[in-house]
Amino acid sequence: MAQILNTVNVTMKFAGLTAVDNVNIDQKEGEILALIGPNGAGKTTLFNILTGVYKPTTGEIFYRGENITGLRPFQLVRKGITRTFQNIRLFKDMTTLENLLVASPDCKDEKILAAVFGGRSLRQKRGLVVEQCESILETLKLQDKLEELACNLPYGKQRLLEIGRALATGADYLLLDEPGAGMNSMEKEELAQVIRYITKDMHKNVLLIEHDMPFVMGISDRIVVLDHGIKIAEGLPSEIQNNQQVIEAYLGKGMPDDDD
Amino acid sequence: MFLQQMINGITVGGSYALIALGYTMVYGILRIVNFAHGDVFMMGSFFGLFCMQFLGMPYYVAFPIAAIATAIMGIIMERVAYRPIRTADSLTVMISALGVSTFLGNLAMVLWGSGTHAFSNFSGITVSVYRFDNVVLSNIQIGFIVLSVLLMLALYFVVNKTKIGIAMRATSHNIKTAKLMGINTDRIISFTFGIGSALACVAGLLVGIYYDAVYPLIGYSYGLKAFAAAVLGGIGSIPGAMLGGFIMGIVETLGASYISAGYRDAFAFAILIIVLIFRPAGILGKKEIDKV
Amino acid sequence: MNRKIQQFVFEHKKMVIPIAALLLLGLPFFVTNSYFLHILIMVCIYICLALSLNLVTGYAGQLVLGHAAFYGIGAYAGALLMLKLQVNFFVALLLSAAITGLFGFLLGMPALRLRGDYLAIVTLGFGEIVRLVFVNWKGLTRGPAGLPGIPSPQIFGFTISGRTEFYYLALILALFTIFFMVKLINSGVGMAMQTVKNDEIAAEAIGIQPRKYKIMAFVISSAFAGMIGCFFASYLSYISPTAFVYNTSMTILTMAVLGGLGSIMGSILGASILVIVPEMLRFLNDYRMLIFGALMVFMMIFKPEGFWGAGKRRRNIYKINSEVPDHGSNS
Repeated sequence: MAQILNTVNVTMKFAGLTAVDNVNIDQKEGEILALIGPNGAGKTTLFNILTGVYKPTTGEIFYRGENITGLRPFQLVRKGITRTFQNIRLFKDMTTLENLLVASPDCKDEKILAAVFGGRSLRQKRGLVVEQCESILETLKLQDKLEELACNLPYGKQRLLEIGRALATGADYLLLDEPGAGMNSMEKEELAQVIRYITKDMHKNVLLIEHDMPFVMGISDRIVVLDHGIKIAEGLPSEIQNNQQVIEAYLGKGMPDDDD
Repeated sequence: MFLQQMINGITVGGSYALIALGYTMVYGILRIVNFAHGDVFMMGSFFGLFCMQFLGMPYYVAFPIAAIATAIMGIIMERVAYRPIRTADSLTVMISALGVSTFLGNLAMVLWGSGTHAFSNFSGITVSVYRFDNVVLSNIQIGFIVLSVLLMLALYFVVNKTKIGIAMRATSHNIKTAKLMGINTDRIISFTFGIGSALACVAGLLVGIYYDAVYPLIGYSYGLKAFAAAVLGGIGSIPGAMLGGFIMGIVETLGASYISAGYRDAFAFAILIIVLIFRPAGILGKKEIDKV
Repeated sequence: MNRKIQQFVFEHKKMVIPIAALLLLGLPFFVTNSYFLHILIMVCIYICLALSLNLVTGYAGQLVLGHAAFYGIGAYAGALLMLKLQVNFFVALLLSAAITGLFGFLLGMPALRLRGDYLAIVTLGFGEIVRLVFVNWKGLTRGPAGLPGIPSPQIFGFTISGRTEFYYLALILALFTIFFMVKLINSGVGMAMQTVKNDEIAAEAIGIQPRKYKIMAFVISSAFAGMIGCFFASYLSYISPTAFVYNTSMTILTMAVLGGLGSIMGSILGASILVIVPEMLRFLNDYRMLIFGALMVFMMIFKPEGFWGAGKRRRNIYKINSEVPDHGSNS
């Protein structure tokens, strides 16, 4: 199986604070990888590095063998990498459909002259884009909300919409930052289905950060655990669940007589 | 010659520093650039002129009265134009500030005409001049520098050694938390505007007397230069504003005498652009990191 | 109420547009007073100015305080091209737009690295510097004396003269500007621009390069201001630096704000109102800027979306302006 992601000794220092310390992770094609760890472990920082928001202090990142260290987010999208956000960042005043349209390459890359003076062929080109976006929305069961402003959607649907927007970019590597945060169990089930569909049926790759343990254990093929900026464990969900270091990182070292 | 220009520069720099303090304090707390602050400075000097010309007050009475009047104006301005939209996005706040600036600037023109008014007839100050070697120093300059420095020291004392100063600093760190700690942030903000406006007023009076001229458009050019000074020193930093002000005054005066007098006003602007492009945090400012 | 009007116009587009066109074209037959025609021409000019400012401030979210400078650059460029190089008006029109657009680019490139308020101040400074150049570079601009004798537009031997003919020309330019802006805003480019204003970080995450769109907005905005500046120069046949001062920039901003930033109809109405009303209330002329200033504060507090912004746009216009292509054997 091909390796799609490869980080080499990635370190991030912010004025004296080392948020990420020599982290090496990799992900293979087709596997759902999860990044977990207690608060402040450096997960979001690492995420931001992977998605181009920060440039790592040292270290390199490779995507499908290509060195993508230091590329800005919009450049990464062209390479096929996109993300969603921990705090939903939808375009609130735009409709559900518009949020997807604007992410589609054929829409956002429209040329000015074509936009102003274009005739039939422009309209048809746009029609294709609309079709593609509408089919994504259908997959996410949002097709009845086309005219709805993004800010008016219920919370769980907003999160799905953000994933839809990421799909609309045409990227095949999606980094999801706490996609299930704030969702109830029914919504999480839907989310899990969507993630499985994205990876198994659409053949895209997903890396996610999550806090909900049952959810993570249920959906991931492999898990990487960070604590205080260092990778302390990685492996199958079953291995991680029983890893002493991981348990201690989350729960602290218990009283001598505690057992589970 | 050089020393002379240095002294002139420090004098002018004092006024820039006093005005810059107003910008930096408001920015520190509300994270907005008070576009109208330059016009506050202008109104302050007109208030003083009004006191001296029409109410016949001698300068040592007019100064404090005008300062208080300007402080009150600043507080009202905050209440009317900034407080209602404190939660709005920055574009909205900027436009409101612009509106206030346009309003004040044109109000002055309506009230006092766009021409220049002389101060000297009314201030009750007689100029005496001291000569040392090649350096000429007037009592006005001395008074200017001394008063500027005294006021800055007083502000520094208030901000760092008093209870209200702590409240101000807390509010500028994080308004929400300050509120939760029981600080009446509304009052602190009003107080900040008041002090900033009063200082600007004093600067206005000093400038008016020093140059013996005051006119409605002075707020615009001085405001821009003082803002550049605040940015140079590090916006949000009080020592920064003081430092920036003096540096600005010196650079501008030296530049005008050694490079070109006609482009005097351009120096401030050039400094502003250079700072913003190469070191936006200024000399004493902190770098802000956006959390994603 | 605004929504209902919009809906009505949209549904009866085929009928409303010809009627409106007839009205606009036929206007000079009813309005024969030369002074009123002048007002209408100024309305057309300010519509272009307000719309161009609206693009960069209302859609791309960059507060530009020196917009009058672009107006002036276009005017002076056009005037000089026509006076010194005997360039035909219509060619000068294009060239002025291009030259002004270039200045927009030059200002935009460094300025766009700056945060909102700093950018605004830099544009303010730019406006001032341009004005100072107009006043001081006497060799080129004749300084405060201005440039007189700017020729009227000529095409195929026909010279445009008289208010009525200038009115039609102004109307064409204004309609073109409106057409362009509407098409641009409702296109993929326009949507991308709006995402940059909305949430730059999210925009970048989906592949939109914020700088590209901000600069685009800057250039297009300044080009249109320059274009109408050239018209202004030819219309008045005389220009001087006093037309391109800070107050002019503030006036244009007030128009855009009154109508609603981010609303094309808003800019059109705002420009119309703030040209016509001050003319009707001539006696308040001294207080004009005072009122505008207070108006801006008032608008921000009570109606920040403007008077014609709330009705907002039709949703999914992009989809409305698209056609489902024939799939043939594809689906």
